[in-house]
Amino acid sequence: MEPLPIQVTVNGRTYSAEVEPRLLLVHFLREVLNLTGTHIGCDTTSCGACTVLWNGRPVKSCTVLAVQVDGGEILTVEGLEGEGQLHPVQEGFWEEHGLQCGFCTPGMMMTAVALLNENPDPTEEEIRKAISGNLCRCTGYVNIVKAIQYAARKMREGMSVHAGGV
Amino acid sequence: MAARAVHGIGVPVKRKEDPRFIRGKGTYVDDIKLPGMLVMDIVRSPYAHARIKRIDVSKALAMPGVIDVITGEELAKANLAWMPTLMGDRQMVLPTDRVVYYAQEVAAVIATDRYRAADAVLAVEVEYEPLPPVLNPFDALKPDAPLVRPDREQKSNHIWHWEAGDKEKTDRIFHEAEVVVAQDLYIPRIHVASIETCGCVANYDPVTDKLTIWMTSQAPHAHRTVFSLVTGIPEHKIRIISPDIGGGFGGKVPVYPGYVIATYATLKHKKPIKWIEDRSENLQADSFARDYHIHAELAATRDGKIRGLRVRVVADHGAFDAAANPSRFPAGLFSVCTGSYDMQAAHIQVDGVYTTKPPGGVAYRCSFRVTEAVHTIERMVDILADELGMDPAEIRFKNFVQPHQFPYKSPTGWEYDSGNYPAALQKALETIGYQELRREQAERRARGELMGIGISTFTEIVGAGPSHTFDILGIKMFDSAEIRVHPTGAVIVRIGVQTQGQGHETTFAQIVAEELGIPVEYITVEHGDTDTAPYGLGTYASRSTPTAGAATAVAARKIREKARLIAAHLLEVSPDDLEWKDYAFRVKGAPDRHKTMQEIAFAAYTNFPLGLEPGLEAECYYDPPNLTFPFGAYVCVVDIDRGTGQVKIREFLAVDDCGTIINPMIVEGQIHGGLTMGMAAALLEEIVYDENGTMLTGTFMDYLLPTAVETPHWKTAKTITPSPHHPLGAKGVGESPTIGAPPALVNAVVDALSHLGVRHIDIPITPAKVYRILQEKGVAE
Repeated sequence: MEPLPIQVTVNGRTYSAEVEPRLLLVHFLREVLNLTGTHIGCDTTSCGACTVLWNGRPVKSCTVLAVQVDGGEILTVEGLEGEGQLHPVQEGFWEEHGLQCGFCTPGMMMTAVALLNENPDPTEEEIRKAISGNLCRCTGYVNIVKAIQYAARKMREGMSVHAGGV
Repeated sequence: MAARAVHGIGVPVKRKEDPRFIRGKGTYVDDIKLPGMLVMDIVRSPYAHARIKRIDVSKALAMPGVIDVITGEELAKANLAWMPTLMGDRQMVLPTDRVVYYAQEVAAVIATDRYRAADAVLAVEVEYEPLPPVLNPFDALKPDAPLVRPDREQKSNHIWHWEAGDKEKTDRIFHEAEVVVAQDLYIPRIHVASIETCGCVANYDPVTDKLTIWMTSQAPHAHRTVFSLVTGIPEHKIRIISPDIGGGFGGKVPVYPGYVIATYATLKHKKPIKWIEDRSENLQADSFARDYHIHAELAATRDGKIRGLRVRVVADHGAFDAAANPSRFPAGLFSVCTGSYDMQAAHIQVDGVYTTKPPGGVAYRCSFRVTEAVHTIERMVDILADELGMDPAEIRFKNFVQPHQFPYKSPTGWEYDSGNYPAALQKALETIGYQELRREQAERRARGELMGIGISTFTEIVGAGPSHTFDILGIKMFDSAEIRVHPTGAVIVRIGVQTQGQGHETTFAQIVAEELGIPVEYITVEHGDTDTAPYGLGTYASRSTPTAGAATAVAARKIREKARLIAAHLLEVSPDDLEWKDYAFRVKGAPDRHKTMQEIAFAAYTNFPLGLEPGLEAECYYDPPNLTFPFGAYVCVVDIDRGTGQVKIREFLAVDDCGTIINPMIVEGQIHGGLTMGMAAALLEEIVYDENGTMLTGTFMDYLLPTAVETPHWKTAKTITPSPHHPLGAKGVGESPTIGAPPALVNAVVDALSHLGVRHIDIPITPAKVYRILQEKGVAE
């Protein structure tokens, strides 16, 4: 199939590219843009390691075609930090030991960012439900929940104004 | 210098590895991108057992972007169609005439990118003649069973027979016993399913004649030696780099065919080759764990004193014995199955069997089959309690190895280093309010509700060596550390073990910080690169802290001894007049006269005493005198839904004792994660095959990993009983919860149903399985 032109804004920067229509968004990010922070864990939209925000909504980028996001805005883990300051979610994961091997972490954090943008004060149950599409094999989730609660507190207190660079 | 600034042992230091991970700046194998890199993808068998009649690669080769298709026939010419396994068996890399499990590697496509490689995989034509699959190990042992491994001299599917303990004495005890209980237990085939799959980037540089392989490896040095022996390439011309690893859990200990084929391909094409398996390949073909068919018996007195244990196991090893056990232990450390209980005799027999299923027998977050051992004894103790009408806590207190019995020689020959089992269980029962829970259970039962309380009081066995007993392919199971203190007092530490999420870069820095009084932020820990790290056996079986952690402490103490000489020179006193106190060498009786390690380090390069070698570094290859034996007491409370069979974990308390704790935050995180994997095995995970040997659980839609919704909010507590032989008193913790949790959960579910006559349920305890029991017992809603 002939390549198609797309224009996508990723982490605030606009890219133009010609891509095969079958190219997955996750491969576009990782292999064309060299943004390897977004990981691949399953191929069946189950594990959520590849979660990114597409126009602010969390999507599993292994199940989105690059051509679908033409004209859209994508936020990946690399875009979370603003002007040298960690996003509260990043800070929370570090403070509360919300990661071990780090492989699910970028996707998990992107889901958390999306949750907190919509619901600044989630209950533990709401957090657990929100991240139920992101599998972690290391942490047992307890500290991930704490990390997101930490970020929620921090964001509510308005101590960090960076919502992610987009 | 204040202790807080040093951030040594016992401090919950935030992890040094996290800044790169939270920014998406980790370097996992799939993140490696080299100029001119080609991609490999694998053609896999649709049959569990078949003769290969023909492989036609011509259509695939003609496709755009396809560089090569490699078959077993080609590898055979290079003597690489087979490779040795870590258990002294051999395993096909690519087949020449037959396949012996579903999704076995059949051919490999090399192409310019992953899409073209995947297209070409579909275009490789393979003609098979299906043969009858052999799926059940008991059937496999029948004389008329189809032979899985005709390449072997021995013409049967039996691999080995292994025994431990005293058969005669055990049989006598059973003959004389007042009470005997017996139970069949099946621990199903499961998969570690780390979120990162396996893969490698193999790059042969013809200019330097050097082969570099970035590999998802839990044991890069051992793998380098294996690669050198298999390929004949001198070991100094092979560099294996295990970069950031997205979870290991035992699944990244074996050498997989994909690594070998990619290596062959880079040697052939002189271009970097990337191979990253997808999730289905990972679940279908990578090493499985467990698959133990157990028959266990306990002999006891009528008042509940256990006298003996007798166990027979049939172990399904799949088509190749590619388990990752120490050489002399084909059944791993299963013989530790007398657990935390003092008894007179035990006898264990295990038979390994070939079937047409993927090879393996890896330890799923477990020290070589100790999960199977703990499951056996913890279930059997509950079954005995049920038989005698005793409380499961009471029967445990009655049979525990007592604190004064340590070091304790078990009936199967292990010497437990230290423990206080009654204290751990007492703490667990008091913390969770056991008596109150039992009262509540009685009330609920009277109302027809199903509530269960399960206990598990397990003993772990971790930290292999010692070298006199433990080796892998002849390589002794020691481990290593190398420390260099730079002139300004900053430090680099290199270790022979390899993190896959355990936080070695932080924990090992804390050990050095504590021993040398140098703040943790000035200490860098490196690992996983065979060109720079000292030789080690890798990270699995909770061995990092017991072995390389000890090596790190000993190496640091060697540095301190040299530092004492320099400090004496600087302070113009005799070395004997100095004592190491509050992170500095101080003159005895005049503690204000002192030298810190930073001052000493500078002098080691600028002002050292005449006759002393300059510099400040040390290494240690540590051969542990014994294993360490962490333990714990877990209590779990479940409620069962009579309408759905769903088991709801209301509360789970884990009291763990792993000796000295280096970083309490990391230890607690390890426990949370281990409990979750234990719960997964108990309630969710199972690899299932249909009658043709086709795997039915090859994606995360069928092979269920726990999400945050099923996972309870774990509660933890601790007791601390240091190991008497480890330099820091530490024992290892990563796997305790994975082995301790399943029996606690099963015991809780069985406890909820025991008044209905239920004595045992095999894992995984799925809602469907429970609902069938509820229907049989007439209590389903």
